[in-house]
Amino acid sequence: MSVAPRPTVHHEVRVGRRVFLGLVGLGAAGIVYGAHVQDWLERVVGPVISKDGTGLSSLLPIGRFRIYTVTGDLPWRDPAEYRLTVSGLVEQPLDLGYDELRTMVPTSMTRDFQCVTGWRVSDVQWRGVKVRDLLERAGLKPSATALQFTSFDGVYTESLTLEQAQRDDVIVAYEMENESVSREHGGPVRLYVAPMYGYKSLKWLEGIRVVDEVRPGYWEQLGYDVDAWVGDSNGRDDAAT
Amino acid sequence: MIATRVARFDRTERAVHWCGAILFLVLIATGAALYAGPVSTLIGRRTLMKSIHVYAGLLLPIPVLVGLVLRSGAQLRADVGRISRWDAEDRRWWRRGQRGRARLGKFNPGQKLNASFLGAAIVVMLATGSIMRWFEPFPDAWRTGATFVHDWFALGVGLAAAGHIALALSDRDALGGMVRGWVPASWARAKRPAWYEEIASAEEADAVGAVGDLVTGPQ
Repeated sequence: MSVAPRPTVHHEVRVGRRVFLGLVGLGAAGIVYGAHVQDWLERVVGPVISKDGTGLSSLLPIGRFRIYTVTGDLPWRDPAEYRLTVSGLVEQPLDLGYDELRTMVPTSMTRDFQCVTGWRVSDVQWRGVKVRDLLERAGLKPSATALQFTSFDGVYTESLTLEQAQRDDVIVAYEMENESVSREHGGPVRLYVAPMYGYKSLKWLEGIRVVDEVRPGYWEQLGYDVDAWVGDSNGRDDAAT
Repeated sequence: MIATRVARFDRTERAVHWCGAILFLVLIATGAALYAGPVSTLIGRRTLMKSIHVYAGLLLPIPVLVGLVLRSGAQLRADVGRISRWDAEDRRWWRRGQRGRARLGKFNPGQKLNASFLGAAIVVMLATGSIMRWFEPFPDAWRTGATFVHDWFALGVGLAAAGHIALALSDRDALGGMVRGWVPASWARAKRPAWYEEIASAEEADAVGAVGDLVTGPQ
């Protein structure tokens, strides 16, 4: 048994208000639960759209890096001409070419990339050389306490304490997702500081200077925390993700 | 007196619309510079783009809020009510083969849906954008959630804006309603018959010479 609804001409429903309130509610729910939905989308939909040949799906906000550059363009240095210097309070300053870097003992890891403003890319594969190995090769002077990183974009700088830089999960990366680190992602060589927010992972790495005190980098001078542990800085004090 | 033009949007409504439209375009452009890989690598200047985007975003709700409280915003307030209410004719418009026969009021259901969505988008984008910009008090999960919502709503806003502009350009009479404030009476009779009848009868009820909705065209 069914009764067909018979709408009268003057019967009005506040559909517009429902749409408005519904969407605002959806947005609020998305703030609280969106991280889970995004993880699910990346797991289930991500592999499908990565095979899409049209490139249209790259417009969808799934599993994407946001490309940040603080200058007007993307700097680039050809691997053949690339040099990485380690200087400052060291016994033996280093001046390494790209190929030399690749002959050193490699370290690989798969970790999430978490931006302080919220976006996150799950399970990114990285490969490079531990900063600790570079420091061992150069030999530290007793007064060394911190590192200063510079970029060949001429503007971007970063800092780490010696203790932070000597962790197993802090590397000078030359591979990302099994490919050479691209220009957009800070190639040919960049820093990757796994336990900290993305801005600590300096792009277009050119120099590592060993110094006697922490000098705040580019983003820190704009107000971000110097010790940028994911989940334990920039307003956060709970367990790291 | 033969009315050839019908007043559609008053000065306040048009000012609100165009201020909002300019802000939306600035937000879409700077948003693309911050987010879309090829565009952001082309433009760079992240700090500048971010400042413009944040300020334009904070300004976005101002025009409509000011319009709603102004004394001259009476028609805007009335139109918000029209946009919210859907009657049987609106539902008929969605039905296959019935679209041409629906006797629509001032807005068609697509316009109502678009306006309701964009209204909600202003609130949602402002809230999620604020969490992204002033992230300190919020847990990482919320920051990620806010970014997620901001991304998908941005996609929706982009599509809605593109559709809105394409439809406006395909119907110059309707576009004129938002540019000059009036539409040809023939357009109103054909496209919005219930609205036309409503203002025509209101005009008849008015004393001759009173300010009404019908405008006498040039002779």
